[in-house]
Amino acid sequence: MELTVNGVTRAISSPPLTSLLQVLREELDVLSPKAGCQQGGCGACTVLLDGEPRRGCLVPVAAAEGHEITTVEGLGTPGDLSPIQAAFHQKYAAQCGYCTAGMLMASHALINRNGGREVQREQVIEALSGHICRCTGYVKIVDAVIAASRGDVDVEKEQGLLVAEPSEPAVEPKGAPA
Amino acid sequence: MRASDTELAMPASAAEAVEAFGDGRGVTVFAGGTILMPEITHGRYPTGGRTLMLTRAGLEGITGDGRIEIGAMTRLADVAASGVEPLASAAGDVADPEVRSQATLGGNLCAPPGAESPRGDLQAALLAAGASVRSAGAGGERTDSIDEFLGRAHSEARLVLAVELERPRRAAYLSLRRAHAHSYAVMAVACAELADGIRVAAAGVGPRAVRLAAVERALAGGAAAAQAAGAATDGVTPHDDALASAWYRSQVLPTLVTRALERLQGG
Repeated sequence: MELTVNGVTRAISSPPLTSLLQVLREELDVLSPKAGCQQGGCGACTVLLDGEPRRGCLVPVAAAEGHEITTVEGLGTPGDLSPIQAAFHQKYAAQCGYCTAGMLMASHALINRNGGREVQREQVIEALSGHICRCTGYVKIVDAVIAASRGDVDVEKEQGLLVAEPSEPAVEPKGAPA
Repeated sequence: MRASDTELAMPASAAEAVEAFGDGRGVTVFAGGTILMPEITHGRYPTGGRTLMLTRAGLEGITGDGRIEIGAMTRLADVAASGVEPLASAAGDVADPEVRSQATLGGNLCAPPGAESPRGDLQAALLAAGASVRSAGAGGERTDSIDEFLGRAHSEARLVLAVELERPRRAAYLSLRRAHAHSYAVMAVACAELADGIRVAAAGVGPRAVRLAAVERALAGGAAAAQAAGAATDGVTPHDDALASAWYRSQVLPTLVTRALERLQGG
């Protein structure tokens, strides 16, 4: 099988009923989707399938073949943040960070679906209702999504505040080219 | 078990799916996968059998106006947006938007009873709406009433192709859930007014959803909502699970039925 992750297509050897989450993390070394509950209940593994948020742990890799998969690595990098990432940083919407990747993907998809208009608080709460955060209590997360949808975020400034790690995680998935 | 220990078929049409299903012996039907994927991940998937994945079988879609047909692989998100009540409300009440974008009507209809929490919220809505189920399997294609289909679900393997229903004159759906949005509903009540009277069904009060026949009879006899709901636990055997006790379910079911009927009657 072949899988296209963040625009890069790789040949994969995992069995077809393996979860997309497991293939991303263990075969392709794409580590932003987190293995939380692994039964569809926490949202930490959410990735985009053709732009729509899906639970990585609930999608068999056979059903993901032929679709464009996007993870946080495809949203932006420390030197080139996307608005939603910068907004999460600006509004202190991440604490331990375990839920953040899933929240970012679902929020990014919501803002895109909304066609550039400001998202309403109720829309954010609905879109993130399957995402569990045990640290911040959601208020700052919801604020960050609304700010990003309004363009009310200084991406350059937030980027400047981030200190790049000596060894940044690889953006490209591992594995042989398809 | 390892996910590699099952033979996988991915039919590209309904006809191919029916052929691959055969008489259903040893076949696990994989629809949206929201129930089966955790089983695979946690090593509880049946070994040695065949898995029939319907993702590409073209069984999705909602057609018709008076008589409505909903394909088995129609996603709950699409059922929720269809406006076909009480199915739309029931589908919109399941889990969260991401799960609803993947879970299917057929999968929810055929979900085996859950060990820790009830499943099959759509079963109650389909029972109330008096739906029919078109399925394939041993003896060929067949259409059963939803009551017959659920009655045989534990003993007969069928591949659901679609459900069919007349749009009810009025319908209502009401669930009781724990505080967090993602929890399964503890219990759900669906009711619908059809040409021949009001049908009432409940999920979460037994292994599969059931009609509340005593309530229906009381309503047909002219009883008001609260009075009819007094018979809600007749012929029903609620159970204990991780969400609620049998005692709690018995105590709360009449109130849930009353409120659903009041909603149906616009009260």
